[in-house]
Amino acid sequence: MTTTWASGDGRAVAVDVAPTRPRTQPRLLIAVSGVVVVVLLAPLVFLLIEAHGVGLDTVVHLIWRPLTATLLWNTVRLTVVVTILCAVIGTSAAWCVERTDLPGRRIWAVLVVVPFAIPDFVVSFGWASLSTWVQGFRGAVVVMTLAVYPLVYLPVAASLRGADPGQEEIARSLGLGPWKTFVRVTLGQARSAILGGCVLVALVLLAEYGAFEILGYQTFTTEIFTEFQVSFDVPTACALSLVLVVLSVVILSGDLVARGRGQVARTGAFAQRMSHRHPLGRARVPVLAGFVALVGLALGVPIGASVYWMFEGGSHALTGVSIVDAGWHTALYSATAAALATVMALPVALLAVRHPDRKSKIFERSTYLVLAMPGLVIALALSYFSERYVDGLGYQRAPLLIVAYSILFFPLALVGVRASVAYAPVSLDEVARSLGHRRLAVFGRVTLPLVGPGLAASFCLVFLAAVTELTATLILVPTGVQTLSTQFWAYQQNLSYGQAAPFALVIIAIAAVPSYVLARYFDRLPTRATAST
Amino acid sequence: MLASLAVASSLLAACGGSSDSASQSITLYNGQHEQTTDSLVAGFEKATGIQVNVRNDDEDTLADEIVTEGSHSPADVIYTENTPAVQFLQDKHLLADVDPSTLAHTPSQYNSQQGQWVGVSARVSVLIYNPALIARSALPTSVLQLSDPKYKGLLAFAAGETDFQPIVTSVAHTYGDPAALTWLEGIKANAGTHVYPDNETIADLVNRGAVAFGVVNQYYWYRMGAELGASNLKAQITYFAPHDPGYVIDISPAAILKSSDHQAAAQKFLAYITSKQGQEIIAHSISFEYPIASGVTTSQTETPFDQLQPNPITIAQLGDGATAISLLKKAGLL
Repeated sequence: MTTTWASGDGRAVAVDVAPTRPRTQPRLLIAVSGVVVVVLLAPLVFLLIEAHGVGLDTVVHLIWRPLTATLLWNTVRLTVVVTILCAVIGTSAAWCVERTDLPGRRIWAVLVVVPFAIPDFVVSFGWASLSTWVQGFRGAVVVMTLAVYPLVYLPVAASLRGADPGQEEIARSLGLGPWKTFVRVTLGQARSAILGGCVLVALVLLAEYGAFEILGYQTFTTEIFTEFQVSFDVPTACALSLVLVVLSVVILSGDLVARGRGQVARTGAFAQRMSHRHPLGRARVPVLAGFVALVGLALGVPIGASVYWMFEGGSHALTGVSIVDAGWHTALYSATAAALATVMALPVALLAVRHPDRKSKIFERSTYLVLAMPGLVIALALSYFSERYVDGLGYQRAPLLIVAYSILFFPLALVGVRASVAYAPVSLDEVARSLGHRRLAVFGRVTLPLVGPGLAASFCLVFLAAVTELTATLILVPTGVQTLSTQFWAYQQNLSYGQAAPFALVIIAIAAVPSYVLARYFDRLPTRATAST
Repeated sequence: MLASLAVASSLLAACGGSSDSASQSITLYNGQHEQTTDSLVAGFEKATGIQVNVRNDDEDTLADEIVTEGSHSPADVIYTENTPAVQFLQDKHLLADVDPSTLAHTPSQYNSQQGQWVGVSARVSVLIYNPALIARSALPTSVLQLSDPKYKGLLAFAAGETDFQPIVTSVAHTYGDPAALTWLEGIKANAGTHVYPDNETIADLVNRGAVAFGVVNQYYWYRMGAELGASNLKAQITYFAPHDPGYVIDISPAAILKSSDHQAAAQKFLAYITSKQGQEIIAHSISFEYPIASGVTTSQTETPFDQLQPNPITIAQLGDGATAISLLKKAGLL
């Protein structure tokens, strides 16, 4: 039995178990990854150019005004409250599904993930259209918690599944009570996954637009949009975006610091076995009721509201594109972007996993900066570069929108690709090379088939996110074309709920497929490969 | 001399257009409500055979895009809810002159003084209120009273909505910037969390009783009635006192981009939407905007346009909204 020390998220494991021998620098890989990183960081460059254009004094002046304090307070308090709620709900749901004898575990495992497929603005529409109670801060807390808790659930469930149940048993045998065992051992094992999930939740909250716009809740992102809409004021929007980027960097680096400290020992990295499931006993009924309530609120309300409005909505006053046309364009753009993002993620992931050094780490980490930028900023940046340097090439054409999606959702693609690359033993590549295959041939015949499922998962993740994207789409969508989300938005904005509802339902239907695939994929994946998502 | 040049150029443009109009298409940047635009576009396409590609977005976003796009903007025509966006483009010298014959369709006080945009339709600011939450007699009669502390928690408004800026401009024009700022701070305190992103939200929430009253333009209430049906329409509207600074007419204008390669077709579009035919479409439309050109009046059951008693502020005085925006920023509303 070998003892392997791994960082909590399991990143180091796959590398440690396969002894790496000194290899030549993969120049092609570095070059391609470099290009990808440059593309990804272009929006940040745009922000800096804009800020530089108006001068530091003006930027400081723009940031230092009464509204910023309100926005900061609104954004931070919402982020803190929702992140905590998601951590509690996501972790307890994951623990119940993975570690207890909850009846119908397999079904709950899928049902609690599906809300991830429902766009936040649809959840928000569902709640806000049914009750005026769901407005402002209160509304934002309810809606966002229900919309994003799966981001904690998914990694925590994966990590609990893979963690060694022996530790719990030892703790219990040494006399630790069940509650203390849970807090000290189980939570300790899932700690890095919980943190990773919380970071994603916080970042999503910072960048959310549609849901808050419907709920009338002002955050940095909604205000950036307003500035852009109302006052012909790109510099102000950019100054506020810089604040947003700083907030996101704080969250990302907080994650790094916390992660660096936690070390979870694991005995027998490959010895996965079913853990003993805790009997729920008398808690069975309340826990089941909790699951029914969670799924009912997160899934039932938005779907129910959409169905209700479809039949109860008023006169169909507006014209718009047909649902088939919008659906086709949505699927086309999203699928192309998903493929592109996955391809872009491959070299960066390979470099990070197979050649872990300072350079590849910087490459990988810098791509997470994309998470700090809202879709609006990325769309503005691409328009800017297109107008400024390539004479408007691609402007308001499908390719630019697809590139925007690929940049926006690159980090999601990287998660899946990285996990599968880490899972594919490098030794197989080495065997193939020792048998005389050239590096590219090895990549095509050995590496790709091994990482295939992970690539599919990445594709699904990006596809899912792109189908529900709103802000960048509003700016970059080709003239005369509507996607499902922009057409939904147009109807919703005009209070034509009856016409908006079918679009919401089609978005949910389209997104449900990849989210089901994903739930199944992460369900089967050994934990050590899921880099804390 | 200038006038004759303009006529000559428009004649030339008209000649150029007649040869290729059958297969032509123009791109319209539409910041106006889709309800209004779609029926106008359909009528125009049918009448001329010129196809119109419509790009819908917020009017200021579109104006920003046009500035960014510069000389290769895909837009030929821009049509917006309010004048500040086109006024802004006019100040940046991005607009072409509108045919004098088209300008003549609309009363001159509703057109650009420089002749680079034409007024197409109008709306008027009102108070929307829920009688279950506040009696009509308790409502303010002047926009200034909105900042009265007795309305704390009752008032809603949309600081970021383009329709709100003309009211701010009007208040500042009448009472001066410092008074306008104090007023804005007062209504901000009164509204508390009821500061909403747009007028549709205000109309909806007042109707559902989430807030007592708010400031919107009249047509949001009529549209909501058309969408929800009379039985679900709980909210009512009322006007400010005659000539009050809050009683403001907003003009929806259209303009042609200087960079457009389809000047003739674009001129035709403007001529059409201000013609009797185009204005009749607006008059019967469920958008509930007031037609203002070619002598057409609304067919909907709303206060006739000529019976309104708005504040006499002119379009030029409304300007590009920069003063309003700067005041909103100082008050921490933007």
